[in-house]
Amino acid sequence: MALHRGRGFASINYPIGMNLGGDPSQALVHSNPDGKFTVALSSIDLGQGMKSVTRQIAAETLGIPVGDVYVDTADSDTGPHCMGSFASRGTHRVGNAVIQAAQEARAVMLEAAAEELEVDASDLVTDGRGNIHVKGAPSRTITTMAACQAAQFKQGKTVSGRGIFLIPLSEVDPETGEMTPVSCFAHAALIVEIEVDDETGEVAVLDMQSAYEVGRALNPKLVEQQLIGGAWMGMSHALWETTEPYYPDRSHGPVDFNHYLMPGPGDLAPHHISVLERPAPDGPFGGKGPGEMCANPVLPAVANAVYDAVGVRIDDLPITPEKILRGIRAMGGARPKMRLGRMHQPGTR
Amino acid sequence: MPKKPVTFTLNGSERAAFADDGQNLLEFLRRGVGDLSPKFGCGQGGCGACTVIIDGQTHLACLTLAEAVQGRRVETASGLATGTLHPLQEAFMEHFAAQCGYCTPGMLMSAKVLLDHNPSPSREEVIEAIAGNLCRCTGYEPIIDAILAAANATRRSA
Amino acid sequence: MIEFRKEFFADERDDNLNEIGKPTRRQDILGHVTGRSPYFDDHLFEGLLHIRCVRSPHHHARIRRIDVSAAENMPGVMRVLTARDVPLNLNTLLSLLDFGLDDEPLLSDVKVAYKGEPVAAIIAETEAQARAAVAKVKVDWEVLPHVLDVEDAIKPGAPVVCNVYPGNKFIYHGKFDHQKLRYGDVEEAFARADHIVEGRYQMSPIEQAPMETCGAIAAPEVNDRFVCYTSTQGLFFSLGTAAKLLTMPSSRLHFIGGTVGGGFGGKVDSMHEPLAILGAMLTGRPCKYAWDREEEMQVGAPRGAERWYIKDGVMRDGRIVARKFTGYFDSGAYTRLSSYAIIKGVGHLPGPYTIPNVHADVFCVYTNRTPATAMRGFGITGVDFSIEVHMDKVAEAVGINPIDLRILNSYRDGDMKAHRRLAKNCALIECCQVVADKANVELSAASRASASMRDGGGERARLPSRTATDQNGSVSGYRASNYGKKGAGAPQPPSPPPAHSVPPGPAYRPPQPQSAPVQPHAPAPAVPPAAETPRHGALRFSSLSGFRRR
Repeated sequence: MALHRGRGFASINYPIGMNLGGDPSQALVHSNPDGKFTVALSSIDLGQGMKSVTRQIAAETLGIPVGDVYVDTADSDTGPHCMGSFASRGTHRVGNAVIQAAQEARAVMLEAAAEELEVDASDLVTDGRGNIHVKGAPSRTITTMAACQAAQFKQGKTVSGRGIFLIPLSEVDPETGEMTPVSCFAHAALIVEIEVDDETGEVAVLDMQSAYEVGRALNPKLVEQQLIGGAWMGMSHALWETTEPYYPDRSHGPVDFNHYLMPGPGDLAPHHISVLERPAPDGPFGGKGPGEMCANPVLPAVANAVYDAVGVRIDDLPITPEKILRGIRAMGGARPKMRLGRMHQPGTR
Repeated sequence: MPKKPVTFTLNGSERAAFADDGQNLLEFLRRGVGDLSPKFGCGQGGCGACTVIIDGQTHLACLTLAEAVQGRRVETASGLATGTLHPLQEAFMEHFAAQCGYCTPGMLMSAKVLLDHNPSPSREEVIEAIAGNLCRCTGYEPIIDAILAAANATRRSA
Repeated sequence: MIEFRKEFFADERDDNLNEIGKPTRRQDILGHVTGRSPYFDDHLFEGLLHIRCVRSPHHHARIRRIDVSAAENMPGVMRVLTARDVPLNLNTLLSLLDFGLDDEPLLSDVKVAYKGEPVAAIIAETEAQARAAVAKVKVDWEVLPHVLDVEDAIKPGAPVVCNVYPGNKFIYHGKFDHQKLRYGDVEEAFARADHIVEGRYQMSPIEQAPMETCGAIAAPEVNDRFVCYTSTQGLFFSLGTAAKLLTMPSSRLHFIGGTVGGGFGGKVDSMHEPLAILGAMLTGRPCKYAWDREEEMQVGAPRGAERWYIKDGVMRDGRIVARKFTGYFDSGAYTRLSSYAIIKGVGHLPGPYTIPNVHADVFCVYTNRTPATAMRGFGITGVDFSIEVHMDKVAEAVGINPIDLRILNSYRDGDMKAHRRLAKNCALIECCQVVADKANVELSAASRASASMRDGGGERARLPSRTATDQNGSVSGYRASNYGKKGAGAPQPPSPPPAHSVPPGPAYRPPQPQSAPVQPHAPAPAVPPAAETPRHGALRFSSLSGFRRR
């Protein structure tokens, strides 16, 4: 009885935004009396960071510090329509809507500043720290707060903007499947190293080396959150999770977390991530959406690693110890392949 | 329905409220007392989202009878900050140790009890301490890092 | 353990922005660490009532009678809801996109098609009282034969799971019982390939398992409106669904959400909001309807099972010249979102590779299990598992390093894809190279020299000179719906007047065939009864795509 190491590889791409388009999102942006801005959405933050990423997008576009922006979501009385948080559409679609709304509000803010400074609005720039000044003449300046207050309380203007982003719904040819599914793709490649116990059939994930191409990383820490958590979920899908362990038989369905299994904090593998950023031409500042795709390469990579380690092809998810042991038994013993070499020497993790 | 008076300390304040017969501590704290920081995740003792501290030890509020806290000291995530944020809260913020945030209050309670008893935990001890708190978003790594960082910060300021 | 490889695609980015690209703390993090982030259940209401559903213990059964009298007399019970209380008790989630036929009741009264299907709802003062009353509802069941395997379900004579789709298959574009992809001629290419590699892959259902279970609280608001606090992933999706089922102008609904304890795709289905609002309408009190963890795992729609067959034609040097897919999405008893995922999945085939001949038939199949719905990677995760395990087998068959095989076949900027659009913004090759380098896997010189921006287009941009098409799986009697509609043949006939007008008031019963006998699988040309199912156009909440029902 022995432990067998193996490595498996997979590479994937992932469509961003709702298939075929037709999924609008809207945003409203306005200045409060104190010159801070509120972004009103009806988009949902499930933890993926919708509030945070749209806040940065709004701040960048308005030319003000991120602390001057608050994203309010989701109230159907005040937030304009959004299709929802799914299909990796949040950053891409809502982000673009926020840009449009913030651009409109910014234009009013600059007009107001221009009136106060008695210059042409096209000569004004924002410094991103709460100031507006004349291009090339930093001393001719006004704060964004003063500009917004002048607009609202002196000039009689609302500093506000409306935004919507819609890729029109496209069609599918029933005979050939010709279609325009999405506008951009994210990418990933991943090698996983595992160890299989040929006595128990248990798999331990030892290490993951990955590269994810996510468009521009609008907030690198939010991207990191998705990639680490998503790869964990991929590992979990590969080796642990199902509501029907003997699908299509419906028996033995889990009803609690003692039976619905997921890896805990003691089952983690070091994950070495490289992020590549090829901006999406139509994404907000080039952003795509890393949240969904990050789990996908892990599932096949683990299956391929199990084959590499013990020579058993498990084509049915999840890859349970039972399936591995049955496979090993059917072959009369483990048959390591070792096609990708070894990352770690045993005992040198 | 019969009601029982329960007098206890919640995050340092004396509290009294009536508990329904057989009511669990989670429902009692949330709907009876109005402390919404412990979360319902499973009601089966399987996820740790409802973790609270009773007399210095972690307990699952969903499996604890409300009346069992009579005369005892209960702490929840809503009382963790006392004027300033607790080092664990600072560390969770700094290390991006929450996404949806639903497991966070329970996770913080488990981490607090660990650090209260063991100011210099090893990584393995942190893992052991939060093994009963499930998180579906983060992959745990940032949470472990945050708890270790909070321990470091506490030691430095001590 | 994360690095940002800024040297890649650097000339396509401006990395000197003020806020974009900065590791700014999350806006919501202070709320999270202080326990103050307001999830749907973190709103207190005086006099809150609790809803629990009576559920089918059978995979498939006809409902002869539901007796709620004992339950109504249980302590704390305020009201028992059954199908007759639901103003418009038939819906399909994607009717908001005008995609698919209404197929699923909110509360079933004719038959049930999965274990756990709700047939009545108890509204009681406490959750414990609601649970106790659920146990007192007596349902007279006539158990029907059931089918659980996707390939069994589409065989002639299989039990009909959902009467709206008597062949147990969703109908695409009003034309076919599956979604096709045809690009070039795979059979011709298989004949000249050096190797044929075949595989069968299966993904079992997977639970989204958000730490917060799905739920909603609804309460009467001022001015004859209702407020609904919800864990939904799509605020207006749920609002529109509730407005439709309750035959209520959407302006009378006030939905509040946006702070959700994880979703992962499982909080799109909008099962809770309509029932919670209905409870509030009928009792005049705040009502909470939320799943417990057991329901979340077994009644809440999972990531559905998928079965894929893949056949590749491969040349000795590793070039894949043909790839054929047959896919079965297990939609469970109703459609929910599986039909959508299939079009998304088909648009994704054959994965991130340039293959000159591709063929796919993908079926959305109804079985007697919990309906499936979205989850992280929806429509893609299952087939990517299949493709990438298959790629490993191809690599072994031709004796090539698995990473070299990927790079050799990778799509590049300017390549024609199987859905007949040019690839752009590609980066698969670079991801493969970075990983190989990090993991010390030696690549071929050709792989090392490859780039997404090189060697694409040209010949590789050409559409196939000939594409083999067919009419297999044709159906008649269905109309194309808007989502993805194309080539639906003759101009659409004017909509027939609805066979059943929708009366106002709460007593509406959905049209259902009188019985659900085990029907022989009707060969395609027969006009199925589903064609007569009225589409409740008057109630379409059409803000989602801007498409109105004709």
